Amino acid sequence: MNLLKSFRVAWEGLALNKGRSVLTALGVIIGVAAVIVMLAVSAGAEAEIADQINALGANLIMVMPSMSRGGFGPQAAAGVQLAYDDIVAIEENVSGITGVSAEQSTTQEVKAGTTTLEDISVVGTTSGFPDVRDYQVLVGRFLTEEDNDRSNKVVALGYDIAVALFGDANADRLHPSAVGQKVKIGSTNFTVVGVMAEKGVVGTTDYDGQVYIPLTVVFDKFMPSRFGNDEVRLIYVSAESKEVMDSVMSQVTNLLAKRHDVDPTSPGFTLTTQDSIIDTQASTTEAFRNLLGWVAAVSLVVGGIGIMNIMLVSVTERTREIGLRQALGARPRDVRQQFLLEAVILSLAGGLIGVLGGVGGSYLFNTLGTMRTELVSASIPLAFAAAAAVGIFFGFYPAAKAAQLEPIVALRRE
Amino acid sequence: MVENVIEISELTKVYGTGNVAVHALRGVDVQVSRGKFVAIMGPSGSGKSTLMNILGCLDRPTGGTYVLDGEDVSRLSKDELAGVRNRKIGFVFQSYNLLPRLSAVKNVMLPLLYSGNGNGNGHLTEEEQHERAIAALESVGLGERVNHRPSEMSGGQQQRVAIARALINNPSIILADEPTGNLDTRSSDEIMDIFHRLHGQGATIVMVTHEPENGAHAERVITIRDGQIE
Repeated sequence: MNLLKSFRVAWEGLALNKGRSVLTALGVIIGVAAVIVMLAVSAGAEAEIADQINALGANLIMVMPSMSRGGFGPQAAAGVQLAYDDIVAIEENVSGITGVSAEQSTTQEVKAGTTTLEDISVVGTTSGFPDVRDYQVLVGRFLTEEDNDRSNKVVALGYDIAVALFGDANADRLHPSAVGQKVKIGSTNFTVVGVMAEKGVVGTTDYDGQVYIPLTVVFDKFMPSRFGNDEVRLIYVSAESKEVMDSVMSQVTNLLAKRHDVDPTSPGFTLTTQDSIIDTQASTTEAFRNLLGWVAAVSLVVGGIGIMNIMLVSVTERTREIGLRQALGARPRDVRQQFLLEAVILSLAGGLIGVLGGVGGSYLFNTLGTMRTELVSASIPLAFAAAAAVGIFFGFYPAAKAAQLEPIVALRRE
Repeated sequence: MVENVIEISELTKVYGTGNVAVHALRGVDVQVSRGKFVAIMGPSGSGKSTLMNILGCLDRPTGGTYVLDGEDVSRLSKDELAGVRNRKIGFVFQSYNLLPRLSAVKNVMLPLLYSGNGNGNGHLTEEEQHERAIAALESVGLGERVNHRPSEMSGGQQQRVAIARALINNPSIILADEPTGNLDTRSSDEIMDIFHRLHGQGATIVMVTHEPENGAHAERVITIRDGQIE
């Protein structure tokens, strides 16, 4: 019996019970769709994280005080307190850098004329911020080193804030007029020195909805003196290129160790690069992806067991038919082939529908904006091959059982 | 041309072993020459069904030989037996055994599905097979109902479809197991008429029955009792 004929016979067998065939394939449909969607979701999450980290700026080094302040053991170094002076020192003494910045944010009311904006994120930072964050000035200027040194009450406005405070239908007339205007932040008056170009939301940061003032002013005006301190929790250093990263890191470590009089091998602060963050994230998302992959694989196996179950029922129900076919000349292998093909057709059809569902589902997630997904092209042949393998594996036992039936027993079965 | 289509000698069939062994056939010798219409009769438990199964190559004997149309089939493998059934035996069952989802003509064509590799008429094209099946249906008087499904036909008509199916590969013997057991008198007569006509055209027919009036249709009655021919 040739394959085409067997295929037709198997198809007739399935068509006999259309509803049941569809329900049987459902397990594989869901399994395959799950594999594709889950891989797309984890690939999307990975890409999202990589984008966020890259959006911080290129070749970035983050300097943070160690968390183990005071320490629990002999090897735990006492954390140092980083301060504004450290930023200046890095800027002046370390070669191969394009910018240094630090941030301390607070939330305040921002007022200009009769317009009041509530709960605006006020970012205290340094002159290096635009370089580090790859952020452009639209008109005027950003904060300077002098602004920080002298604690000048000046502010650079994010684009949306500028529009909200000094907005005008004609954008060309808006921005020059904003520069030089007075803005009240909290209870302090500031002079607008610049408006930043639109950048949008990167990660969780809405650049256009913030205002930027000197870091030293944040410490002076907005940090209650009892908390203290002008401590800087995070310093960003951006290096000129990947090649000088190591050199910059050792320079920064030595400089800060010297300034704070600590041992450079256990300095009480840590330097982190984007690469190390990306690596950490990659291993996290990999674990996540593996987990999702296993869940999907389990659902495929469950789908396969469903097929096996129904095929066993089908063999029992059609015992007489099997006996008749044997009497008419079907060899055991013909019977086996027929039932195996039925299982394979079921799982391949399920696989096909599952691929369509998975691709459509990933697309839908993306479009509805609930979750970023990126279709992994390898997942489609992978899921399809897995469905075929499931069909053959789980179809084999029922098919073998059918082939082993003795014709006289099968024919007598009621 | 072989004189005897069926040559059985000292055929035994034992089910089970040792103390629980059941001797269904205890040395049976049967010869059926070509073109004969033979009835096998006997009470239930006589070994009649066992003999029928072995004659139909559905089961293998424990001992003795069975030569069917010149070929010793008593020691063949399962696959080889399937080929023999396809080529040489046309089955007619008491309960017709048609596939309900297939039309009459598709049911008749069913054996051809397994007729590849030199078996029977599998070498014919799809169209030739179809024509052949129609011709077979016409020969049993069902030329008008080729596309009907079994559920749309009477019992007698269904059994005639089954006979057409048995004829499709020009078998050496037609093996009918209680062919009228499920039919009323009129339909039974029609079926027996068809057997007579086929017999008249030279077919060899072996019919298993326990109804004496059916046995009377045959040229020769073989009675089996306690696993032996009387």
